[in-house]
Amino acid sequence: MSYQQARWIEPLIFELSKPGRVGSSLPGKPRGSINVPKELLREKLELPELSEPEVVRHYTRLSQMNYGVDSGFYPLGSCTMKYNPKVCEELAALETASCIHPHQAEETVQGALELMYRLERFLAEIAGVARISLQPSAGAHGEFIAMLLTRAYHKSERDGKRDRVIVPDSAHGTNPASAAMAGYEVVTVPSNARGRVDLEALKAAVSERTAALMLTNPNTLGLFENQIIDIAEVIHDAGGLLFYDGANLNGILGKTRPGDMGFDIVHFNLHKTFATPHGGGGPGAGPIGVQKELEKFLPVPVVEYDRKRKRYYFDYNRPHSIGKIKGFYGNFGVLVKAYAYLLLMGAEGLNEVTEAAVLNANYIMHKLLGVKGYELKFDASGPCKHEVVFSTESLKLETGVTARDVAKRLLDHGIHAPTYYFPPIVPEALMIEPTETEPREELDHFVDVLNTIAQEARSNPEKLRSAPTATAIGKLDEAKASREPILSWGTHRKSAKK
Amino acid sequence: MKKLGLIVNPIAGMGGRVGLKGTNGADIIAKALELSAEPVSPARAVETLRSLKRAGVKFELITYPAEMGAAEASEAGLEARVIGHITSGKTTAEDTKRAAKEMLEQGVDLILLAGGDGTMSDMIEAIGTQVPILGIPTGVKMHSAAFANTPQTAGEVVARFLSEELPLREAEVMDIDEEAYRENRLVAKLKGYVRVPYEPVMMQATKEGSTGYELADQKAIARWVVESMEKGRTYALGPGTTTRAVAEELGIYDSTLLGVDLIENYKLLARDTNEQYILEVLGKKPMTIIVSPIGGQGFILGRGNQQFSPAIAKRVGKENVWVLVTPHKLRATSTLKVDTGDTELDREFRGYMRVITGYRQTCMAKVV
Repeated sequence: MSYQQARWIEPLIFELSKPGRVGSSLPGKPRGSINVPKELLREKLELPELSEPEVVRHYTRLSQMNYGVDSGFYPLGSCTMKYNPKVCEELAALETASCIHPHQAEETVQGALELMYRLERFLAEIAGVARISLQPSAGAHGEFIAMLLTRAYHKSERDGKRDRVIVPDSAHGTNPASAAMAGYEVVTVPSNARGRVDLEALKAAVSERTAALMLTNPNTLGLFENQIIDIAEVIHDAGGLLFYDGANLNGILGKTRPGDMGFDIVHFNLHKTFATPHGGGGPGAGPIGVQKELEKFLPVPVVEYDRKRKRYYFDYNRPHSIGKIKGFYGNFGVLVKAYAYLLLMGAEGLNEVTEAAVLNANYIMHKLLGVKGYELKFDASGPCKHEVVFSTESLKLETGVTARDVAKRLLDHGIHAPTYYFPPIVPEALMIEPTETEPREELDHFVDVLNTIAQEARSNPEKLRSAPTATAIGKLDEAKASREPILSWGTHRKSAKK
Repeated sequence: MKKLGLIVNPIAGMGGRVGLKGTNGADIIAKALELSAEPVSPARAVETLRSLKRAGVKFELITYPAEMGAAEASEAGLEARVIGHITSGKTTAEDTKRAAKEMLEQGVDLILLAGGDGTMSDMIEAIGTQVPILGIPTGVKMHSAAFANTPQTAGEVVARFLSEELPLREAEVMDIDEEAYRENRLVAKLKGYVRVPYEPVMMQATKEGSTGYELADQKAIARWVVESMEKGRTYALGPGTTTRAVAEELGIYDSTLLGVDLIENYKLLARDTNEQYILEVLGKKPMTIIVSPIGGQGFILGRGNQQFSPAIAKRVGKENVWVLVTPHKLRATSTLKVDTGDTELDREFRGYMRVITGYRQTCMAKVV
C-alpha cells in the first residue's frame, strides 16, 4: 500500500473559537441607515471568532482530507466525473460573467445573453432537437420539467387521460421520482437477459393512458439500447412521448443524436457531460431540449435575437409556456463553463471525447474479465459504451466479501469507489466509468488494485472488511449517517446535550 | 451479544428424492427410511452455518442435541450451548416444537430453522410471531415465504441480523395436503404467519432512493388501492398481509388474514366468505379481485386462495384482477405464477401483467 490520506485531528470551527478574536477589519459603520424590520433584528450573532490565519489553516486542513477528481481517479459510474479544464473556471470567474446582476438592464448584459443564445444552439445540434431551455438547475430538475412539458403537450392535444409514465428497471431513481412528482403513475418495465428494455414487456405496458417513456441510452449498464427505433415506434404508436435522460450522453457525443433515435424531449447534465465540477449538491445545470411540436411549452424566458435592433433579449411572451421554473435564468456560471468547454473541444474534440471514454471503459472491461471474482451479468458479447457494470457475486460466494467491501478497500489505494449496488438489477454491482481523461497507466493501476483486492478477499477477508484505514475517516455507519444527520453546529450541540 | 437459536429438523427433505412428496407423519418417515432416503437437512444447515461463520459476527449459539443442531454446529466449527433432550435417530415434530418453545424461554433473538413447510407450520403453533424466525430451505416443499433462497443467503441474512438491525416482516407459512399431493392434487393452504428478518435496502442504498420498509410499502399500496376503488363494485380481498393493509386503510380491522373478504362501498360486505357466496354476489354486481402473491413462490391464484375458483376468476377476467406486491417481495420472487386448476384460464393469465407495487407505482411482472 502506498497511499495515506492526510488525517488532521481538526476540531469544528466553533470549537476553535476564542471570544474577542478578530479576523477582519471593517471600514467603520455604513453610512446612512438601513430599515430592517424589528422582528428580523438579532442582538447576538453566534459566529466563531478566529484570526485570519486560523481560518485559512482550518479550511486548508479540511480540504486536504477531501478527495476529488483533481486528486485522483474517480470512476463513479453514471456520474461522469471527468476532469474539468481549469481554463473554463477562469473564464467563468471573469468579472463580466461572475459579477453581473440578474436585475441589470438587458442592454448591459448582451454578452451573457449571446452566450446563452449560442450555447442553446450548440446543445440543440448535439441532441438533434429544435429548441432548448437552459433554465433547469439540476439533472432531476430537468427531468421534472420534461414531465411538466409532457403533461402540457397531452393537455393541448385534448388527451388529458394519459396518466402513466413508463420507466425501465435499470433507470436512475430520479426518473420515477420526477414522474411521480409530476402526478404520474410510474410503470416499471423489466430488462431482458441482454440488459436492454424487454420489448415484450414494453408492448404490454403501453396503452391509451401512456404519457411517456423515460429512457437512458446508453443505459445504466453501459449498454446501447439497440432496439431504440422499435422502442420509439411502440411509444409513438401508443400516442406517448419519448424522454431521453442525458446521464450517459458522454457515451454517444457526435456519434448519434437522441433526436435521430426518435426522442421528443432530451435532457442534459451539463455538469456531467460538459465538464463542470459537480457533486456535493451542485450547482448543476439540466437543460431540456424539445422537438418542434413541444417548443411552445418551454419555460419562460428564452433568449431571442432581434435582428432589426441587433440585440438579444429575454422573451416572456409565450402564451403556451408551462411558466417560470427557476429564479432568474438558470445557473449561469455552469452555463459559462459548459460553453467554454464546448468551444475548447469543438465538434472534432467532442467526437474524440466519446471515443476515448468508450475505449477506456472497454479497456477496463476487457482486462477485468480476466480477473477471477469479477464478472458481467448481462450481455458480454459486444463492446460496452462509456461505462461497465461488473458483479462481484462470485467473489462474495467464495469469500463472503461484498461489493461494498471492495469499494471501501479501493479508497485505501487512493482510488475513489465506483458507484456500487447500482443498478439494482445487478447483484453486488460495481459501476465503473473511467471517463476520457484517464491515461492508460491509471486504468492499468485500477485493474491491478482490483486484482489485489480479490486476492486479499481470499487470504485476509477480515482485514479487507475493516477498510478503509488509509483515509482521513474510516468505516462509517452509513445507516446512522442517514438516520441521524448532523449538518449544523446547532444540531450538533442539541445532539451532544442528549 | 445477540442469541441465536438453531433447530435442525434432521429428517426434513428426505422424502423428496425418493418421490414421497414430503415427510410429515411417522409412517411416511419409516417408508422414506425403507427406501434408503439420505438425510439432506443437516448438510444444508452446515452450509448456512459456514456462511454465517465467514461473516465473522459474534453471537451466542443455542441449539438442541445431536443431529438437531449440535452436530451441525460442531461440523461448521461453531461453539454452541446445547439444551434439551432427544432420542437421537428418532426425532419427531414434537421435538422441533419443544425446542422452539425452550429457545423462546432462553430469550433468543432469532431462531434459525432447517426444515420445510411442515416444520415451519409447527412453528406457528409453538411460537407464532413471538420470536423472529428464518428458514433454511431443506424440505421437500417450500411454499412458505419464511425461507431464505439458499442455505448460503440464509447465513448472510442472519449475519446481518446479528451485527446490525434488520427490519422484520410477516411471512406466510404454507403447507400442502401431502395426502392429496401424493394423488397428484395440489392443495396449498395458508397456515398462518411467522415473523422473519429481511434486508430491504442494502441493494438500493446508493441511487435508487429509499425503498422504505415492507409495512410502509404495504400502506402505500393500500392507500392507492382505496383511492382507485369505485362505488357500486364489489372488491374481493384475498388472503395475506398486503391485502389486510387495504382493509385497514378502509378502517376495517377485523378482516380475515387467511380468508377472502368482500368489500362494497368502502364497507365490509362479507367476512371469510366462500366460492358459492362470491359467485352469488358476482351475479349482481361487477367485481374486482384483489390478491397478493402467496408464499415464497409467487402464486397469485390457486395456492392459498382457492376460494377464487376458476369459475370466478374467469368471470371476473384478468383485467379486473389487481395484484398487490411490495417491491421487496417482487424482487424475491421475480416471476409470478398461476395454478387455478384450469389450464386454459392459466394460459390467459400468463405473460406480462401490471402489478401494483406502491402509491401510484406499478410494475410489469411476468406471470408464468
